[in-house]
Amino acid sequence: MSVLVYIDQADGHIKKSSFEAASYAAKVAGQTGTTAEAIVLGKVSDDLTSLGRYGISKVHHVADDQLNTMDSKLYTNAIVQAVESTGAEIVVLSHNVNGKAIAPRLSARLKAGMVPGAVSLPDTSAGFVVKKGVFSGKAFANISLQTSKKIISLTPNAFTPVQQEGTAEVVPFNATIVAPAVKVTATNKVKGEVPLSEAELVISGGRGLKGPENWGMIEELAHLLGAATACSRAVADAHWRPHHEHVGQTGGSIAPNLYFAVGISGAIQHLAGVNRSKVIVVINKDPEAPFFKAADYGIVGDAFEVMPKIIDAVKKLKGV
Amino acid sequence: MKILVCISKTPDTTAKIAFTENNTKFATDGVQWIINPYDEWYALVKAIELKEKDPSTVIHLITVGGADAEPIIRKALALGGDEAIRVNTDSSDSFTIASQIAAVAKEGGYDLVFTGKETIDYNGSAIGGMVAELLDLPYVSLATKFELNGTTATINREIEGGEEVAEAGLPLVISCQKGMAEQRIPNMKGIMGARTKPLKVVEPVQVEALTKIVSFELPPAKAGVKLVPADQPEELVRLLHEEAKLF
Ligand SMILES: Cc1cc2nc3c(=O)[nH]c(=O)nc-3n(C[C@H](O)[C@H](O)[C@H](O)COP(=O)(O)OP(=O)(O)OC[C@H]3O[C@@H](n4cnc5c(N)ncnc54)[C@H](O)[C@@H]3O)c2cc1C
Ligand SMILES: Nc1ncnc2c1ncn2[C@@H]1O[C@H](COP(=O)(O)O)[C@@H](O)[C@H]1O
Repeated sequence: MSVLVYIDQADGHIKKSSFEAASYAAKVAGQTGTTAEAIVLGKVSDDLTSLGRYGISKVHHVADDQLNTMDSKLYTNAIVQAVESTGAEIVVLSHNVNGKAIAPRLSARLKAGMVPGAVSLPDTSAGFVVKKGVFSGKAFANISLQTSKKIISLTPNAFTPVQQEGTAEVVPFNATIVAPAVKVTATNKVKGEVPLSEAELVISGGRGLKGPENWGMIEELAHLLGAATACSRAVADAHWRPHHEHVGQTGGSIAPNLYFAVGISGAIQHLAGVNRSKVIVVINKDPEAPFFKAADYGIVGDAFEVMPKIIDAVKKLKGV
Repeated sequence: MKILVCISKTPDTTAKIAFTENNTKFATDGVQWIINPYDEWYALVKAIELKEKDPSTVIHLITVGGADAEPIIRKALALGGDEAIRVNTDSSDSFTIASQIAAVAKEGGYDLVFTGKETIDYNGSAIGGMVAELLDLPYVSLATKFELNGTTATINREIEGGEEVAEAGLPLVISCQKGMAEQRIPNMKGIMGARTKPLKVVEPVQVEALTKIVSFELPPAKAGVKLVPADQPEELVRLLHEEAKLF
C-alpha cells in the first residue's frame, strides 16, 4: 500500500526535481499512513541511500544498461513491475521532460487517475483532490482522482523538499526489460548552463535589448547569480537566442523563485509561461508596460543604464 | 503513409480567464476559440511538410468534442489535411479523450500520430502518452525536430538544458512543440477547399473517466509592484537580497 516515487536521473545524477518529488511522496505517504519507496532506472553514480534524507525508506534500483537512456515504453514497463511488486497505490513523478512522457503511459496502463503538474499536496478530506495549474498559469483546477490507483506528477519548483535524518535501504530490482524501440543517438547539452526548467533564478531579456550583441549583461548577471537565461518569443523568433530559452504560452513554462525580465513588455502570452514565478522583477523604460502589473519589484528605466549598475551592485554584494 | 493529427479547441491566448457556477465552469461568454497553438503550428504543419515531401501521404485530423468544435477543425482543414474526424463527446478527462483517439487510430492503421505538446487550457501534456500506451506504441514527447528516412524517424526532443536525438521505427506517437515547423497562414484556396473536405462524425467508445475537475480558482492577487528609482538600481539589489532573500 506504499507510495512509489519515480526518481529521474541524467548522466547518473538524480535531478533536483526528483528530490522534490521524493519529499512530496514522503509527505503523501505520511498523509495516507504508509511509507514512501522509490524506483531508480539505469546506471547511477549518486549515493541512493541519501534518498532517505527526503523520507524514502526503500529504493528499488533496476541497474539494466538498456535503461541508461529514456524510452517511455521501457520505463513504464519497469515502473509498472515495481508498482505490482510493492503494491503501491500512488505513484509520484516530477512533471519534468521525462515525467511528461512516462506519467500518462502509467495512467493509461494502470487505469489510474492522474494529475499532470500538481502544485499542492492532496486534499483527502473529501475523496482525493489535487490542485494543478491550468490556463497556462492563469488559474488552478482542483482535480479529483476517482480511481484506487493514482498518479501525481509534480510541477518542478512548486514544492520545497524537506530534509531530515535517514538513510534509505537500496535493493536491486529485477524488472523484465526488452530492447528499446527509441534509440538515443546523441545528446546535445549546453555545457555549464543551468537548465531553465530546473533553475531557481532566471534572468530574461526581450526585444527592448535591441539585438543579440547586447545579451552580455543578461549573461553576466545570470552567471553572477547562478541563474539560467530566458527570453521572449519575439527574441527567439528573431534568432537572437536559441529556441529552448523562449518562455510563455507557446514556449517553456517555468516557476522559478526569481524571474528577472529586462526589456520585455509582458504580453499576456509571455506572462502565461512565467506568472507562477515567486518573485517577478521588471526593468522596462515604459511605465505603461503591462509587465509592471504582474511584477513584485520594478525599475522604470533604460536597461542599458540600469543593468550595468545592477551588475556592479551584485558584484559588490558577492565580493567579486 | 497515413498520419493522424490530434486537434483540440482552446480559448484564444488573450481570453479573460473567469469561472461561473460557483467556480466549477469556465466562463465562455465572449471567448474566442482557436486551434490549440501547438496542434496548429507544430503538429499539423509538420504533417503538411511530410505530405509536401511525399504526396502519397494521407493526413487525417481528429478532434474529440461537441459540434462546437467543427469551426476549429474546418480551420485546421484549411491549413491542410485530407479529411477530419470528430468524435462526438465532450470530456475534460484526459483518459476519456485519449481512449477515443486510440480507438480511431487503431481502426485507421496510422503510421504516425501527432499531438501538440499540451493544450493551453488544461496543460496536461497527457494525451499523447496515453494514446501511445493504449496502442502499445513507442512515444517521443516534446519533439523539436522530426525527419523521416523511409520508415525510420530521427527525432530531436527537449531535455533539461539541451536536446536529445533519437531514432525509432514507425508506427510512432509524437508530441510536437516549437522547432518542429513554422507557423503558416491558411490561403484562400485552402479555405475554399476545406468546405468540401469530408468531416466524419463518429460516436464515442464507452470509457469510464478516471478524473473529474471539482473546481477552479484564480491565483491570489499580487500586492502591487514596488518601484525603485532608476538612479538607484543598487536599492533593487538590496531588496532582492535582504527583503526577498533570493540570493
Ligand atoms: C498565439 C500567440 C502565442 C504567443 N506565445 C508567446 C510566448 O510563448 N512567449 C512570448 O514571449 N510571446 C508570445 N507571443 C508574442 C507576444 O504577444 C509578444 O509579441 C512578445 O512577447 C513580445 O516580446 P517582447 O516583450 O520581447 O517585445 P516587445 O513587445 O517589442 O517589447 C519590448 C519592450 O522593451 C521595452 N524597451 C525598449 N527599449 C528598452 C530599453 N532600452 N530599456 C528597457 N526597456 C526597453 C519596451 O518598452 C517594450 O515594453 C505569442 C503571441 C501569440 C499571438
Ligand atoms: N479533445 C481533443 N481532441 C483531439 N485532440 C486533443 C484533445 N485534447 C487534447 N488533444 C491533443 O493532445 C495534446 C495534449 O493535450 P493535453 O494532454 O490536454 O495537454 C493536444 O496538444 C492535442 O494535440
